[in-house]
Amino acid sequence: MMIDLTDTSTHAVRDALTRARDQMGGPTTGMVLNLIIMTDESAQYDAVRAATQAGREHPCRVLGVIARDPDAESRLDAEIRTGEGAPGQTVLLRMYGPMGLHADSVVTPLLVPDTPVVTWWPRNGPAVPSGDPLGMLAQRRVTDAASAPDPGEALVALAVGYRPGDTDLSWTRATPWRSLLAATLDQQHGEITGGSVTAEPRNPSADLIAAWLSGRLGAPFTRDVSGGPGITEVRFTTTDGDITITRPDGRTATLSRPDQPDRRVALHRRDTTDLLAEELRRLNPDEVYGEALTRFAAVTGR
Amino acid sequence: MTSNPLRDPRDRRIPRVAGPCVLVLFGVTGDLAGKKLLPAIYDLANRGLLPPGFSLVGFARRDWEDEDFAKITHDAIKAHSRTPFREAVWQQVSEGVRFVPGEFADDAAFDRLAQTVRQLDAERGTGGNYAFYLSIPPKAFPQVVGQLKRSGLSTPHVRPDGHLPWRRVVIEKPFGHDLASARELNAMLDAVFPESSIFRIDHYLGKETVQNILALRFANTLWEPIWNRGYVDHVQITMAEDIGIGGRAGYYDGIGAARDVIQNHLLQLLALTAMEEPVSFDASALRLEKEKTLSAVKIPEDLAVGTARGQYAAGWQGGIKVQGFLEEDGIPLDSITETYAAVRLEVDTRRWAGVPFYLRTGKRLPSRMTELALMFQRAPHLPFAATDTGELGQNALVIRVQPDEGITVRFGSKVPGSAMEVRDVNMDFAYGESFTESSPEAYERLLLDVLIGDPPLFPRQEEVELSWRILDPIEDFWATHGKPEQYPAGTAGPASADALIARDGRAWRRL
Repeated sequence: MMIDLTDTSTHAVRDALTRARDQMGGPTTGMVLNLIIMTDESAQYDAVRAATQAGREHPCRVLGVIARDPDAESRLDAEIRTGEGAPGQTVLLRMYGPMGLHADSVVTPLLVPDTPVVTWWPRNGPAVPSGDPLGMLAQRRVTDAASAPDPGEALVALAVGYRPGDTDLSWTRATPWRSLLAATLDQQHGEITGGSVTAEPRNPSADLIAAWLSGRLGAPFTRDVSGGPGITEVRFTTTDGDITITRPDGRTATLSRPDQPDRRVALHRRDTTDLLAEELRRLNPDEVYGEALTRFAAVTGR
Repeated sequence: MTSNPLRDPRDRRIPRVAGPCVLVLFGVTGDLAGKKLLPAIYDLANRGLLPPGFSLVGFARRDWEDEDFAKITHDAIKAHSRTPFREAVWQQVSEGVRFVPGEFADDAAFDRLAQTVRQLDAERGTGGNYAFYLSIPPKAFPQVVGQLKRSGLSTPHVRPDGHLPWRRVVIEKPFGHDLASARELNAMLDAVFPESSIFRIDHYLGKETVQNILALRFANTLWEPIWNRGYVDHVQITMAEDIGIGGRAGYYDGIGAARDVIQNHLLQLLALTAMEEPVSFDASALRLEKEKTLSAVKIPEDLAVGTARGQYAAGWQGGIKVQGFLEEDGIPLDSITETYAAVRLEVDTRRWAGVPFYLRTGKRLPSRMTELALMFQRAPHLPFAATDTGELGQNALVIRVQPDEGITVRFGSKVPGSAMEVRDVNMDFAYGESFTESSPEAYERLLLDVLIGDPPLFPRQEEVELSWRILDPIEDFWATHGKPEQYPAGTAGPASADALIARDGRAWRRL
């Protein structure tokens, strides 16, 4: 069901949401969170689509905040979608004029009560997510440094403004790699004296993995550059020889250990829906991210 | 081994991943392998939970090459896997697929099997760790286990790096057909594998909703105060199936509903519902509490009125005319195997004294559902006129195990209008849809636990024996007291089952 409300008020949007729920026979009763998406017209389609799909795992009310012409008269247009292949409700809020600077006043009355709030900036996230009016509403604030023109710089800025509850999708992208690296070190190995993480330039996930490894292992990990795609190699230098995981094609990785046969393992890159679903699985602060981020900023010294 | 610095309990994103190993699957041509086990292996690989080099060896009496088995595996995965098919993941899985043809009696076949896994250790670095999954009829267990011992497969040898590999054996229910046979089976396994490496799969325990019983009870304050005889009137645990025995006549005849379902699934559900809080969630603490509860279960003094059994007769089930149990292929006309069983149990503890637990299961019932319902006592006093609450039933907390997993709370609410009229309403919690990557199938969870070596979700031999202690007297009574009552297919069971619960002034929940 789709409802279009033009030049409307939060009051009318709330009424429409309640009415839609009653008419649909209550498909939205199990919503587990509110997801605010700060986006613009060009990015909203993909972002909302990813959120709706992630909503299958985490039924949620998606509030898409789209800033329109800031010089126009203040006006709110709302587009409500429910029951379209996913549980939960999606509301697109288009804000014109000065209202765009006070988006929190529009969003707050539309939040499902008693339910956590997550704010996601698919692009152009603020340097201090917890300082943003919409970030303040949320217990989990999700940015994406990879969307910035200079991801490394974006990470440093995020590190300076870091508060518990911040996360970044470049960290989420690193999970399969980190999982494989952790599993690799579950096996017996020599003492690790250092290593490297190789990836295409401007890959914040690789930056964070290198910072995480050097922090956890207490050994220097360099960040080397290759042609990609994504991360192509992680190397542990150990007293028994090198352990490497190489992934030249973005799909299948090969694990090589001293005195052991090479082993292959699928290590595919994930789409935004999967990333978001992982991100929404846990809403408590990700302290390990905070440490890796802080370490990265300290090492780059920018 | 020292702890891994990359693992941190605060790092909730990194999943548990199995270490290098080989899974040897006996019974690859069976239904379970095709529909559940092979797809589960793929789904685990797709979620990045299988180690690099993980290998799968099939063993069966088929004239197959590795490629033929890989093809069977591929088709099973395509047809039944839960997560999307990815070529790269399949490549990873298929590189480690091997097949060894042979009979269970054939020494040479098991020697070839031993050679195959050793070769995998050398080629794929599986580290000498083997799990043996016996998806075969229990009567073949002794032979296979004997062969594993004879061929040296069951005995780990210290590796050149000083590390002692593990061996695990996985068996499916039925764990015997009575206490004596369960002990016999265990003695046979025990002679080859230590108890800690025997994994008994009760796939119900791998279900999210069943694990959620523990979360519901022990993570909340809301339920604990009323989770006792002071508030609970009785408990109903139901597993209803709409299908008949299908092609399983050979297995089912002589086993029956009680041995097939009550002994394992329903008594496990009872244990999780009735047990006290474990001091921790590690395997021994959890199993200890379940065992305490099972040892406190009391069966009815008069088994003639405290139990009921039936056989489905021809009838209409879901709009289709179906034949009766005695007319099914392979079932003798004088079979006294029950297809429906109900029993009234009590748990003799301070928490539950006097609260009946009604367990029932059956085939060819109106619908397929498994649920666990706590029915609460009526309010001691209702300050309403009797006519106002005419439609008010008992408050209920229902844990829906399958299908439509979730929790329902049932309570009275005022009907809108000018009159004070109270009627039952439902408050529903439905699990997030199952088509996402994170909500695993029961077999996925259990297979992963086997490969990791994490035992809490697997019943221990003591639990199996305690369950048989509960069921054996009932089975003995049934064996010597006539025949099961017929009930038409598509109805909710025999009249004697209704009488069993009606005698206490209660009624079964509708199926």
